[in-house]
Amino acid sequence: MSVRQLSFSSRISPRLTDLGLLGPAIAVILVFMVAPMAIMFVYSFLEAAPYGGVEWRFTTDAYTSILFERDFLDDSLTFTPDYLVVLARSVFQAGIATLLCLVISVPTAYYIATRPERQKNIWLVLITIPYWVNLLIRTIALLFVLRGDGPINAVLMNLGFISEPLPLSYNGFAVCLGLIYSFLPFMVLPLYSAFERFDFRLLEAAYDLYASRRTAFLRIVLPVMRPGLIAGSLLVFIPSIGSYLAPDILGGGKTLMIGNLIGTQFQSARNWPFGAALSMILLTLTLLVLLWLARRAGQQTSDCR
Amino acid sequence: MKKRILSAALLAGAAVHPAFAAGDLFIYTWGEYTPPEMVAKFEKTYGVKVHIDTYDSMETMLAKLKSGAGGYDVIVPGHDTMTILVREGLLEPINVSQMENYKHVDETWRDVFWDPGRVYSAPWAWGSTAFVIDSAVVDGADHSLKTLFEPTDAVKGKINMLRDVNDVINMALRYLGKPRCNENPEDLKAVLDLLTTQKAFVKSYNSETKELLASGEAVVSMSWNGYAMRAREERPTLEYIYPKEGYSGWMDNVAVPKGAPNLENAKLWVNFVMAPENAAMITNYARYSNGIKGSEAYVDKALAGVPELNPPADAPAPEFLTACTPEVTKLYDRVWTKLLR
Repeated sequence: MSVRQLSFSSRISPRLTDLGLLGPAIAVILVFMVAPMAIMFVYSFLEAAPYGGVEWRFTTDAYTSILFERDFLDDSLTFTPDYLVVLARSVFQAGIATLLCLVISVPTAYYIATRPERQKNIWLVLITIPYWVNLLIRTIALLFVLRGDGPINAVLMNLGFISEPLPLSYNGFAVCLGLIYSFLPFMVLPLYSAFERFDFRLLEAAYDLYASRRTAFLRIVLPVMRPGLIAGSLLVFIPSIGSYLAPDILGGGKTLMIGNLIGTQFQSARNWPFGAALSMILLTLTLLVLLWLARRAGQQTSDCR
Repeated sequence: MKKRILSAALLAGAAVHPAFAAGDLFIYTWGEYTPPEMVAKFEKTYGVKVHIDTYDSMETMLAKLKSGAGGYDVIVPGHDTMTILVREGLLEPINVSQMENYKHVDETWRDVFWDPGRVYSAPWAWGSTAFVIDSAVVDGADHSLKTLFEPTDAVKGKINMLRDVNDVINMALRYLGKPRCNENPEDLKAVLDLLTTQKAFVKSYNSETKELLASGEAVVSMSWNGYAMRAREERPTLEYIYPKEGYSGWMDNVAVPKGAPNLENAKLWVNFVMAPENAAMITNYARYSNGIKGSEAYVDKALAGVPELNPPADAPAPEFLTACTPEVTKLYDRVWTKLLR
């Protein structure tokens, strides 16, 4: 920092400097996050206009219709599991994807973190290369790989292992694979940075003190890894649960996830308030998971002290 | 400086002589629907730069217009969406019937229920929504929706349905012999049962039917006739079926949204589209029939007499449906959610 900069910043109060530095970020958050969310919140309490849009009359219909519906036949208000099923499927799919990402990423991140410095960078670039390509294109490409006439089935059939193409696409399996493929680096990278900071002498010390491999892992490795694990899991779980492309393209549109359900409400169903209400529910759910993890992480650190 | 004078002269010219309009034209339409040569011809004739933005469903277009995202001069709504756009006051009354090239519009498409007397729109293209079979795998001789709803073993797991609530439910209603835009709960329960049973044999609900059929991923698929023709060019065993239970007809229309920034250029485009040699370009490119008399002379010879554009004499006439009421839309969405939940 030059002398001139120093004298400049000393002339104004530190608080003002902070505000000046944070200003652009705060403005972006206000305009592109808080404002749209406020609109969604308001819309979720309005009536749906007949052909899309909203009527400015207050109602909680959008929220009640998540759990209850007017019966087809007698118009009575009855419980409907339809939307809960979709929500549960989203949580399940995202959970499986997160878990499998974890299983793949731990050895990968460990391997990269223990390479010499120059190799590390090559591996990291290799991990990120696929992500220079647009998500939509990658998803469609994956569909072509999995399809009946795709390379996997072609190879297996030519080798004579199968006579009919395996049903790899247009099902839950393809969706799950798509989610893992889409978000894997978000798990690898935080885990890598956790491993990288890990002081392997701690392990040696543990073994010197007759810790078993299991104890060493649970008491030494895991606590150090925890922030990376939590960050990685959140970075995979949150975009997965609201994912739109994977179920749409790889699932063949046969089963809805919450993202598709919300999309439908703003399109063919023309029920914007209901779509907004579903978005609010999804947001609340995500926030709850975040808060819970943040609190747990906080407790863990204070336990350590 | 020279450039500025030139553009000022062009602008002045635009004010007095519409044939020399300068500036831009923003078209919002379906993908792969606007012939590039047609755009080039328009740009050359009028000195207007054409920009094309595409949508993948009427709902996307409607949602965008309703949300106030303006900036478009020309849209290409389907006939059922036209009714909504007119009712909601989202279109500019451009008096198409007074335009120079209106004389070329076929009588069938003049006094249409979605735009009586053609105040707002000109015909763009029309076609039908039925289904395609791969005749190498399936026998479609009975021309029945049964092929889709009660599939034989060879077809099971290789059916594609359009990802369109209305088209799918209407097709089911026809198979069940029930009226369209149906509010009757018993009928909708029957539709849901039929579709749920069928779902076990459905590969995907996807609107990219050309690709699925041409690659052989689907051996039976709901399809628009134009896509069916393009698929057949890649896989000659495909056959477009006009089901005896009936099928939907549709017409896309060229219209101008309210508040179009380049209204005069938009009108030039609408008039331009109705000229037979230009309308023929639409048919040659998008493979759908246009509604313009005299365009046949300019249509590719290969397209004359193709089954996808010329229903056999014994096929039922296409049914042009009005947009269903919001209540029906709501019920249909519930059927759809229950089907895909």
